[in-house]
Amino acid sequence: MHGPIATHRSATGVPTGRLGTWWLLASEIFIFGGLIACFILFKLNGTPGFEDASLTSVTAGAVNTFVLLTSSLSIVLAHAAIEKGDQNKSFTYIWYTIGAGLVFLGIKTYEYTGKILHGHTITENLFWSFYYTMTGLHALHVIGGMVIMALISFDIRKGYNYQRVELIGIYWHFVDLIWIFLFPLLYIANF
Amino acid sequence: MSEAYAHPNYVKIWFWLVVLLLISVAGPMLEIPALTIITAFGIAVIKAFLVAANFMHLKFEKQIISFLLILALCLLGVFFFGVAPDIMMTDGDQWIDCIADKSCVEQRL
Repeated sequence: MHGPIATHRSATGVPTGRLGTWWLLASEIFIFGGLIACFILFKLNGTPGFEDASLTSVTAGAVNTFVLLTSSLSIVLAHAAIEKGDQNKSFTYIWYTIGAGLVFLGIKTYEYTGKILHGHTITENLFWSFYYTMTGLHALHVIGGMVIMALISFDIRKGYNYQRVELIGIYWHFVDLIWIFLFPLLYIANF
Repeated sequence: MSEAYAHPNYVKIWFWLVVLLLISVAGPMLEIPALTIITAFGIAVIKAFLVAANFMHLKFEKQIISFLLILALCLLGVFFFGVAPDIMMTDGDQWIDCIADKSCVEQRL
């Protein structure tokens, strides 16, 4: 097994690779947090269009939440497996996670298609602008995570960079965490 | 590779996350707005905490990471209150209600 500098070097007590991942996530807090903050402010201000939250499918949102929660379980199990040196098990769990990501995107695509066919496009009103921006940006993060996971899965099969399973796991849980907040905002809490 | 620590029971955590998801979906069915807010956002916060602490291993992580995240959230709070007047205030010499009359949307198309 290789031992890259990100695994061992540490000025803070946290391995550099993991510290870098947390820094990335701290910046992501502003990206998604900024959007969520503005969404809440517009909603509290009674901006027209936000009643359209009742048009989103709670079932689709709930199923997608379940899928992402389950994918979080599989990627953390991949991490636990690679810590024991079990490459094949970790590889399998990573691909379960990628599969869950595909299911998530499939449901999202189905939702987008239905909404667009009903005329609810990104320019219809502020609610749909936020809906497509937030869920679209989230979906891009899901796609990015899946690609990186696939690359890491082949690396660990060759015995390289085991620590990256933990790093992509932290990132993936963050993507799950963002969805945990998008789900009530866009689907269930029509306050 | 990460430091050695006893892994939590991940399946058990996932089970509780799914139970919380079901409660958050069932909450609005009672049609009590205040309860919907609590079950939707209160449970989202609990779920986020469970994921961060157990799946992201934040409870095993060095304190510097918690400080980093708290700092980010505090700065987000500054952003929130910084932009709040721009969104919430609806008067002033330069203020135009372009969202209501859709003129700002048309300008951008």
